[in-house]
Amino acid sequence: MDEKFDAIVIGAGPSGNAAAYTMAKAGLKVLQIERGEYPGSKNVQGAILYSKALEEIIPDFREDAPLERHLIEQQMWVLDDESYIGTTYRSAEFNQEPYNRYTIIRAQFDKWFSKRVQEAGALLVCETTVTNLLMDGNRVIGVQTDRENGAIYADVVVLADGVNSLLAKKAGFHAELEPKDVALAVKEIHFLPEETIQSRFNIGEGEGVVIEMAGKITQGMMGTGFLYTNKDSLTIGVGCMLSDFKQQKITPYELLEKMKAHPAIKPLLAGGEMKEYTAHLIPEGGYKAMPKLFGEGWMIVGDAGMFVNAVHREGSNLAMTTGRYAAEAVIDLKEKKLPMTAANLARYQGRLEDSFVMKDMKKYKNMPEIFHKNNHFFTTYPELLNRAAHTMLTVDGVDKKSKEREIRKSFKQRRSLFGLMGDAFKMWRAFE
Amino acid sequence: MHIVVCIKQVPDSAQIRVHPVTNTIMRQGVPAIVNPYDLFSLEEALRLKDEYGGRVTVLSMGPPQAEAALRKAISFGADDAILVTDRAFAGSDTLATSFALASAIQKIHEDMPVDIVFAGKQTIDGDTAQVGPGIAKRMDLQLLTYVSSITDLDLENREITLHRRAEGGVQVLKTSLPCLITMLEGTNEMRFATLPNMFRAARYPLKQWDKDAAGITDVSKIGLKGSPTIVSKVFAPQPKTIPAEIIDCESKQPKDLAVTLLAKMFTKFPNLHEDIAKANA
Repeated sequence: MDEKFDAIVIGAGPSGNAAAYTMAKAGLKVLQIERGEYPGSKNVQGAILYSKALEEIIPDFREDAPLERHLIEQQMWVLDDESYIGTTYRSAEFNQEPYNRYTIIRAQFDKWFSKRVQEAGALLVCETTVTNLLMDGNRVIGVQTDRENGAIYADVVVLADGVNSLLAKKAGFHAELEPKDVALAVKEIHFLPEETIQSRFNIGEGEGVVIEMAGKITQGMMGTGFLYTNKDSLTIGVGCMLSDFKQQKITPYELLEKMKAHPAIKPLLAGGEMKEYTAHLIPEGGYKAMPKLFGEGWMIVGDAGMFVNAVHREGSNLAMTTGRYAAEAVIDLKEKKLPMTAANLARYQGRLEDSFVMKDMKKYKNMPEIFHKNNHFFTTYPELLNRAAHTMLTVDGVDKKSKEREIRKSFKQRRSLFGLMGDAFKMWRAFE
Repeated sequence: MHIVVCIKQVPDSAQIRVHPVTNTIMRQGVPAIVNPYDLFSLEEALRLKDEYGGRVTVLSMGPPQAEAALRKAISFGADDAILVTDRAFAGSDTLATSFALASAIQKIHEDMPVDIVFAGKQTIDGDTAQVGPGIAKRMDLQLLTYVSSITDLDLENREITLHRRAEGGVQVLKTSLPCLITMLEGTNEMRFATLPNMFRAARYPLKQWDKDAAGITDVSKIGLKGSPTIVSKVFAPQPKTIPAEIIDCESKQPKDLAVTLLAKMFTKFPNLHEDIAKANA
């Protein structure tokens, strides 16, 4: 086609929508191409929305965005086979507007976000797959789609095509993902009446709870489980590193089935009707696994660029923020009438480095390795913690001092003092 | 040549769920699609346009969100799209719907004479197969349902020849224009939209007609008032639920899995041996 755009955004998830919205709002001529039937139809996330990242793009999003529940309580469970030990933080402060975190259902949320993108003036084309980037030498000049007459040109192409980012791979911008750098997460949505959820989790209308889980539910694999309350459904899921699944030969749905049968989890789901089952890859390789993020006429944003903070369960906020930064780089260059060269697009990387995005990515750069090489965090410690709690809480005529001794002994038996201290030190270094 | 194709946006019946408590259909979150039967008629209309030239106008009556179905039709190659939408149409049955659509087609006809009207054989949400024939009757058009192929169109003599699936065989029919055709499913395959047409669909300024624009003056013939059909009860058939069981098996070898499974089956159904023998006898 002869028509030319200022920018083409590939993908209509949080990063693509943020990029397209920001550029269209600034008056640029933007084309957004989405593979799914509609934005959100193929997108999978837990999902929790962190307000800040979206607020900076659409300040009034609360007015009409499809938000499920705002979170007032966070639980962290460490599970053994039959038990869990956990912490709960709940605060009335979380009930003060503007709320900070919400549960969302991505199929609805992305549709809403996309509507805003289109209202801002971007042209959205769905059910269309970009098969190749069009190059002039080493410069990206447009995209080839799978449709007749399907070549289309732009000054810059923003790759927001998600975790697998087949396009970036095809163009040689990054290598094939390694199983150790991606988590495979599966989740189910269970329908339950609103009132049942509210009484079961001790929450009021519109209020929500998050339960993060670690321990033996992942059967020694590096990963976590989660349970979120939506308006009239619960989301339950678990994710582990793909390399671990491969090694342990456990299928994700088996893992989820076993987790759902845990005596502490089963009653929370009781009476529910399963609405959907989805699976998704999460790029958790961290800073060290990040690809090059920009080049001649192109930038990578969101999951495609490995922008996930696995420790803090952040991803969609990084996606939106990186999408916005990429867009702002383009807007800046357009205003100054500068070409979209790698040298000029480096300001995208600059913005990332100056912000929490890269600072956080760097802070946790050693985290994946530490957990990887040490499955005590997912088996031994959860078991020991649970046993310790059990020992202390069982009233059986044994004096407390002996019980403490027994607990200490059990720790040392399972993991040498040296090992324990080493693990603690590594954790401290990784979080520092 | 001017062809009008009537389409309807319907909930994707493959994804419809019934509320477990109230037993009502849960429309929220169910994706809306173009009624699949309509696509066979639309594709046939586009093929006639490809071969004989002319224009294809798509027409739909429904709520504002039905716009998506019309845009889809534009992406496939339709030239114009009109959405007839008005609160006054709420609750319309097939009688009222065919009246409203016939009025709208009459309006379109006054602007540019219509030669052929296409409609879907039936919808997947109502399954009545009455709206197409209803329009034909009201507009005094030749009615051709269950058409499997159009073999000839003679625009000079204003005649069309086609095959119609009938009980026990195929009828070869020739009739004069204007006519109304409903296509049989599986007779063609909807084309893959070109990128320029995708752009056109996204940018197309859709026409929305209220009842006045559609030329309707007699409001007693539309909406609930114009609908003699009464829905007295909606209920969901009770699905049979057989609880699934996960059987533990140490080995993952197909042979061991099969042995474990068979052992379980024979303990659960002690008469299985005899039943199999009986069935084989």
